[in-house]
Amino acid sequence: MFQVLFERFVKGKVLAVQEFTDLLINSVRHAFTRPRYLVDTLVQMDVIGFGSLAIVLLTGFFTGGVLALQTYRTLSTFGEVGLLGQVVALSMVRELGPVLTALMVAGRNSSGIASEIGSMLVSEQIDAMRALGTDPLRKLVTPRLYATLVTLPLLTILADFCGMLGGAVVSTSTAHLSSAEYWTLAYQALQFEDCFQGLTKPFFFAIIVALVGCYFGLHTTGGTEGVGRSTTRAVVVACVLILVVDFFYTKFLIATGFF
Amino acid sequence: MTLPEAEPSPRARDRREGQTAVVELRHVSLAFEEKPVLNDVSFRVGAGETLVLLGVTGSGKSVLLKLILGLLKPDAGQVLVGGQDLAPLSESQLYPIRQRMGIVFQEGALFDSLSVYENVAYRLREEGLKDEARIERQVREVLRFVEMEHALEKMPAELSGGMRRRVSIARAIVNEPAIMLYDSPTAGLDPVTAHTINILIAKLRDVQNVSSLVVTQRLADAYALAHFTYSAEQQGLVAVASDGGLGRRVPTHFLVLRDGTAYFSGSTDELTSTPDPYLRKFLA
Repeated sequence: MFQVLFERFVKGKVLAVQEFTDLLINSVRHAFTRPRYLVDTLVQMDVIGFGSLAIVLLTGFFTGGVLALQTYRTLSTFGEVGLLGQVVALSMVRELGPVLTALMVAGRNSSGIASEIGSMLVSEQIDAMRALGTDPLRKLVTPRLYATLVTLPLLTILADFCGMLGGAVVSTSTAHLSSAEYWTLAYQALQFEDCFQGLTKPFFFAIIVALVGCYFGLHTTGGTEGVGRSTTRAVVVACVLILVVDFFYTKFLIATGFF
Repeated sequence: MTLPEAEPSPRARDRREGQTAVVELRHVSLAFEEKPVLNDVSFRVGAGETLVLLGVTGSGKSVLLKLILGLLKPDAGQVLVGGQDLAPLSESQLYPIRQRMGIVFQEGALFDSLSVYENVAYRLREEGLKDEARIERQVREVLRFVEMEHALEKMPAELSGGMRRRVSIARAIVNEPAIMLYDSPTAGLDPVTAHTINILIAKLRDVQNVSSLVVTQRLADAYALAHFTYSAEQQGLVAVASDGGLGRRVPTHFLVLRDGTAYFSGSTDELTSTPDPYLRKFLA
């Protein structure tokens, strides 16, 4: 009995990985063949990108601020308060900016995508789409994927800047650093490797945010209750995957001697 | 006195001459996660004919419609539309075949984010039509057919159940399909609105000679389609008499499903006069 359950569990997970990979390959491929839904892509860029702007900026600003607050306490015991700009800049650009931005966007948009597509599935709108000659992957998944691939890196850049701004506000008000000193050290600390790491991570995260939402939406079962379950699962899985991928990608870059 | 047969529209005449609008299932079986849904089902719908699919909830009626559209593939048997087996075809190869079919889903399945106009125009745009004037003309024509032209700019959430069903019919017929599939088109509607939907179905069948497959649990609707024909003069249904009486015979057949199998297949008279206890209970 246990063996049967275990076998079914493993097969289910393997099938999920296979279907997710299939979804990824097809949604990327569809951008290179007609028909292309450019208007839908632009609409999704507005929904995902501009719609997430406020929470990303707020998240970045207060993360940078609290990072400066916490680091100031430690650095002041060693008399190295002047390094605040460096610490905030490196932490935000390498790690906190990309990860927290992706987590915020996943929380807002993976759930939205899953619930929207899941609702369409349970109300037979997806079947209607296929009956009317539309490929749901082309119409629904590919625009969301490319919209997220374009907007998430841009949001990350803005979050990084807001984080450094938040750190600057704390550094000048609490640590009594001069603004020039803070920004000069922040700027000088950043190397090409830091920016490369911080700006390539969002592309992996964008794939996770868009496709996890689409995957759970397209596999919704059980009516409106099922839509709720898909929405929750999409957020949880997307957030966990973001953290896991972040760890392994960072490890990969270190192992390949990139740092 | 025998009333003359209603003149088919030019579109219906072209369809009859140029195309065989036939749906055929041969020994089709399908199971979902080892639970059998359909078992060795076979039937045939000829050009201009109507097949009414009856059965209790869970007997596989809606699944049959999805098989005919190619939304599902059978585990065994063949699904033929116009003589072509759908099973080996890919999704993109199915699109030209689906263009010949229209489907009305149970709850309408209108796209929530699009207006009535955009819902009906959707298929025309997907088929590559770019002439906006022509799109508007065709959309207005079908909405006028279903008496919903006044609701062009409304969103689906603003429509009643019956109105959504009518818009769904308009969306399905905008490209003049030869085969119409109806999945419980009157489910959840009051008798007056249900009658309106039946008139539209009969109008399409009798004026445009569309082949129809109607899934329903409502015997009253099934009998209405079998015993009545659309009258343009009276803008409604009039009784059909058999054996050369008033009106003309409506080619309607019944298929009753039970536990995924074709339990009964035959004409209206055969169904109403059957001595089978299950069918007598079903028809009671």
